[in-house]
Amino acid sequence: MSISRFQYERWTPAGLSTVWTSCVILAALAVAPLVLPATAVEKLTTLWIYILLAVVWNLLAGFAGLVSVGQQAFFGLSAYLTLRLVEWGLNPWLALVGAAFIAGAIAIPISLYALKLKAGEFAIATWVIAEVVRICVMFDPLVQGDTGNSLIALNAYAPDFRRDVTYWLGLVAMAGFLVLTFRVLRSKIGSAAQAVRDDEEAALSVGVSVMQTKRIIFVLAAFGTALAGSIWLASAITFLPRTNFGVQWTVFMLFMVLVGGLRTFEGPILGALIFFVLQESFSSYGVWYLFGLGFIAIVFALALPDGLWGLIRQKRGGDLLPMGTLLKQAPIENEAS
Amino acid sequence: MLDAIIQGVLLGGYYAILAAGLSLMLGVTRFLNLAHGDLAVLAAYLIIYLVATWHMPILWAIVLTLPVMGLLGWALQAFLFARTMKGGFLLPLLTTFGLGAVIQNGIYGVFSSDVKSLGNFIGNLAWASWKLPGHISVGKLPVYIFVASVVVLVSLQLLLSFTKLGRAMRATTVDEEAAELSGIDARRIQRATVAIAMVLAGLAGAALAMRSLINPYTGPTQLIFAFEAVVIGGIGSLWGTLAGGIVLGIAQSLGAKISPQLFQLFGHVVFLAVLWWRMKGAGSLGIVNLLRSLKGGRA
Repeated sequence: MSISRFQYERWTPAGLSTVWTSCVILAALAVAPLVLPATAVEKLTTLWIYILLAVVWNLLAGFAGLVSVGQQAFFGLSAYLTLRLVEWGLNPWLALVGAAFIAGAIAIPISLYALKLKAGEFAIATWVIAEVVRICVMFDPLVQGDTGNSLIALNAYAPDFRRDVTYWLGLVAMAGFLVLTFRVLRSKIGSAAQAVRDDEEAALSVGVSVMQTKRIIFVLAAFGTALAGSIWLASAITFLPRTNFGVQWTVFMLFMVLVGGLRTFEGPILGALIFFVLQESFSSYGVWYLFGLGFIAIVFALALPDGLWGLIRQKRGGDLLPMGTLLKQAPIENEAS
Repeated sequence: MLDAIIQGVLLGGYYAILAAGLSLMLGVTRFLNLAHGDLAVLAAYLIIYLVATWHMPILWAIVLTLPVMGLLGWALQAFLFARTMKGGFLLPLLTTFGLGAVIQNGIYGVFSSDVKSLGNFIGNLAWASWKLPGHISVGKLPVYIFVASVVVLVSLQLLLSFTKLGRAMRATTVDEEAAELSGIDARRIQRATVAIAMVLAGLAGAALAMRSLINPYTGPTQLIFAFEAVVIGGIGSLWGTLAGGIVLGIAQSLGAKISPQLFQLFGHVVFLAVLWWRMKGAGSLGIVNLLRSLKGGRA
């Protein structure tokens, strides 16, 4: 029938060139610490954390429609678990990565509970869960309530070595999650997640396993956030329960995703870059800077809900990376009809 | 034990005032305002400013602030909330979350981060109490706030049951389009609803500032408490907010009796447990579900 006259394409020439360009950029970034000054390496590490946070929150809220206000639970939890594991005698580098995996695993039982909730209830319940996790963590004598603790075990390493390893850890985590997110979004899970977001009952009726899809995305996002939390601890060293578990992390994720472009692959990266630049240039203004962030978020929600990438996409007529399936008319062998 | 329960019940009165506004908005406009707590704190700061700087009597300051909050609510719905509601549930959440950040940091920028309270301006009311048999002392202020919450809920009930506006609000809740077909301007009704919700938030802010210390970042925790009270009492139920507030207050003060850190934890656990129970199909908890009509349309 007529369907045979179409070809499916999953890659565009532009998409392939984006992939090659990204590979070159990543390779350059990988060797960058060898030539860059120390402060630049530290700042870039922060940027990788921002990108990671933005990408996974967009995966969760943008693509799967799971608007969590409680991702700080995993961000703070993996920092705390790192300190716990080090206290038990584990190597600090192993502890940083191991803690992120454990925090990701803890997301599974949490998902059993939270994913049954919808919209606003889900948002607030995740927030409450983050608060419960913070309060429980503060009972640990290691944390000493509000006082917190530090990952002093990392001070045993030379500052240059520590800085560079943290940078590479951040770069690998960020690049890994970019690839992973891209693969997931182009897979069946990605389509299923978006179907569930748009209409859960309709998705169920065409055979999407709603719960499983949501759970995969939720746990993946929790793991990514936890990794970011570990890397943050490695670069900041100090752990303060109210800072690491602070709801401001969600405010930042929301800002990056909303400004960059919700539900696009490129948007959160752009948003994280913008946030990073704003943070570097204006954070000395303190509360008025944070006031401005909230204000900009509102303006974007009202005037430009698709974010800057939505605008750029309109102008240039497509994304850098193909997320969907392109349907093309096959070269026609002339057919009499 | 009995002492903690009495304190908890009285605390529930404050939660009811805060939660009633949130619940009203959830019911009529189906809008979850994550900045509700911050708006209450904003009102509290306005009242403290009028009292501390302009030496205005507290009652006057409250009477002046509440209409301002009402106007603010009207404007917020007209220019902000209504516009975000076209985009599903995501944009409202993001917008009000951003609004919360704006209010918190705006307050910080204008009034500094110092803790503030109305406690210094209400004379001996801040600590005056009645002695009950069994060495239980009951603070006068918490009792007054509790009485105020009952008065507020009765007035709201009367408004919803017997006035033209109340009828229109109930109709809009049940079916916005059908209400429009019957000649109700749903958009105006929604604005009026948010205005009323903000007056309630203002009142809650006044109560909060009288009974405790506040700082610019007090709001989010208050929002969580208000939402917990709404859910525990049953979403869409007006008197449920009082019942939910009381249950939450008792859980918190029992926790605080064991250890100060347990104050919040016990409340959170009760909230999560109630949500869990509801998910298992027990339906809405509606303890005193006098406003069945508010619920019926969405069930």
